[in-house]
Amino acid sequence: MDLVKMAKGEEEQQGKWGMIIDQDLCTGCQACVTACAMENNISYVGEDDAAYGRSMHWIRIERFWEGSYPDVKATSFQPVGCQQCGKAPCEPVCPVMATQHSEAEQINLQVYNRCIGTRYCANNCPYQARTFNWRDWERPSPLDNQLNPDVTVRRRGVMEKCTFCIQRIQRVEDVAKSEGREIFDGEVTPACAQACPADAIVFGRLDDPESRVSKLTKSSRNTIMLEDLGTLPRVSFLVGGANHD
Amino acid sequence: MTEMTSSLPHAGQHQEDLRVEHLMLDPKPRGEMNAMVMDSMLTTSWKFWVISIFLSLVTAICLFGAWGYLIANGMGVAGINRPAYWGIFIVNTVFWIGISHAGTFVSALLRVFKAEFRRPFTRAAELMTTFGLVQAGLSIFFHVGRVWLAYWMFPFPNQRGLWPSFHSPLEWDFLAINTYLLASTMYLFLPLIPDVAMARDRSTGWRKPLYRILALGFRGTEGEWTHLRTAMNIFAFAILPVMFSVHTIVSWDFAAAMRPGWSSTIFGPYFVVGALHSGVAAVAMVLVVIRATMKNMKYFLRPEHFDAIGKLMLIISMAWAYFYFNDYIVQWYGGDKWTKILMDFQEGGPMNSIWFTMLICNIVIPWMFLWNKKVRRTPWAMFVIGLFINIGMWCERFVIIPMSLTINRMPFTWRMYKPGIEVPLGIGTLAFFILLYMIASRLIPLVPVWEVQEGQMAHSLRKFGKETVVTVSDLE
Repeated sequence: MDLVKMAKGEEEQQGKWGMIIDQDLCTGCQACVTACAMENNISYVGEDDAAYGRSMHWIRIERFWEGSYPDVKATSFQPVGCQQCGKAPCEPVCPVMATQHSEAEQINLQVYNRCIGTRYCANNCPYQARTFNWRDWERPSPLDNQLNPDVTVRRRGVMEKCTFCIQRIQRVEDVAKSEGREIFDGEVTPACAQACPADAIVFGRLDDPESRVSKLTKSSRNTIMLEDLGTLPRVSFLVGGANHD
Repeated sequence: MTEMTSSLPHAGQHQEDLRVEHLMLDPKPRGEMNAMVMDSMLTTSWKFWVISIFLSLVTAICLFGAWGYLIANGMGVAGINRPAYWGIFIVNTVFWIGISHAGTFVSALLRVFKAEFRRPFTRAAELMTTFGLVQAGLSIFFHVGRVWLAYWMFPFPNQRGLWPSFHSPLEWDFLAINTYLLASTMYLFLPLIPDVAMARDRSTGWRKPLYRILALGFRGTEGEWTHLRTAMNIFAFAILPVMFSVHTIVSWDFAAAMRPGWSSTIFGPYFVVGALHSGVAAVAMVLVVIRATMKNMKYFLRPEHFDAIGKLMLIISMAWAYFYFNDYIVQWYGGDKWTKILMDFQEGGPMNSIWFTMLICNIVIPWMFLWNKKVRRTPWAMFVIGLFINIGMWCERFVIIPMSLTINRMPFTWRMYKPGIEVPLGIGTLAFFILLYMIASRLIPLVPVWEVQEGQMAHSLRKFGKETVVTVSDLE
């Protein structure tokens, strides 16, 4: 690896996969949250634990409002998941290297088998995107029959987070490789983007300037969450419509 | 002229006062002192047994029972949540590491600087180091989500070539605490050898083989003493940087993270001073209890010792206040939006009573009372002040860990932290600490007899003209 390049952060800045979320289109319907939970075998924690801040969703819809009733002004919904930082604060703090940067996919992955559950990564994540398996929650029948065979089922004491549906990326990469071609834009769709009825979530390759996601990042509405921290996220947001001033 | 001489105390009376005041000027024959220490170790009343059985039960239920329940059911039975991923387990870890600091501080630092008042209680302080670190280690293990795999933090060779990450402050912390535990145990053991040899020569029954093994065949020849002194000297100097580094590295767990309230450059010395604050106060508390409950201890532990520790506590309290407000004002002046929200939350949020308790216990109480020599010389008062300081320091860690974690840069996730199984486990570690200490107090001589005797030999009263003067010769 070119150390000079690494020190300058050029490699991290480029990125491979990226996502853009249009907050002006988001209706807050939570379809992405549900789809993500089903695709990635996320536990259903029940009301009490969810109310106590233990929901396991890899993507959440944040909603805010200004003022108090009856003069309430709602701002746009904000779906937040892992921002797949190029310089991720969660990565260096793990004592057993369970939080890894995938060199091939340029995203941020959690090695469940290696995780011992110190939860340091979650403390250091400025986006609070990581979720911890506080218990072994039950999967009442027939939910146990809908587990995705492509995704590991995590046990208690393990940290987890959004993977950009790495299993889907891998499958498409395999198909493209066997057919001897490049992946075309829109071929990989994570569960959240697939489920979004408003088409507010766009996923694709950042290293391809012609891809839809690359073009959208050039929009004047493009914003990066907590940009001042210098984490170089692969997820950005489009904000600035009538909902927002 | 006549008036002046009459106002001077009678020479004999003055000498007697000095003898009552200072242990070092009140020598007893070797045999008698050895017998006194042996006696204090071998005397147990029914109260001792009742308390130790009670503490064993508390340890079994609150510590090992609750821990088993925690392991079987996952971290959900604790109160931690998002965003307070770290809770009272880490508070207790930092607290116990803080307690453990005093042992080395009192023993090594005061030994290096030849502070004579340290002599009778170095061992009592060193025991706190070792047993405090045991509780700190346990508290970390409670905290880990998959504790059965916690050994992965050790850099051990394995087939897959997996190593721990040396980038992680947690890994530095783990290695530092292990180093400290090993070093402090050895440092506890070295000065213990002559006393264990003394006990070996004066005991029968099952104690005899135990002490024979622990004494490593020490006979007290000149050569053995030379080697021992060299070893102790090396350790006393070497353990000091270890001690300072351990709590600095503990502070890096927080300071190296990018969180409002944590990311601070002064955390290293601030944490060390905080550790000494709680630790020295805990030494005072332990000494009060030892003095009140163990036989012959009133000879060894005198008001002069509490006086000296009280002064130390006052100075450390001032240093702590300096570092706290230094950290506070710099953070405030930095003007970061999230830090400001966090500070408002600490001072005016629903848990602000903990913040105020911290300031009152750590600053107001020591400053109000420790100026007074009478208070410093009253053991029970020192116990109460020590207790308050320890409560205050525990609150300080609570403010830094779960309270600061409650506020982060994503307001949607802000949630209050309510402790769950942390409470019984915290009580369990406290009970286990006291239990270990009680067992140790009956197994090893709690007063380093040789060190006291050495000090008494070095001190003498001399007459310069009409004045009696205390002189100390340098033996070491």
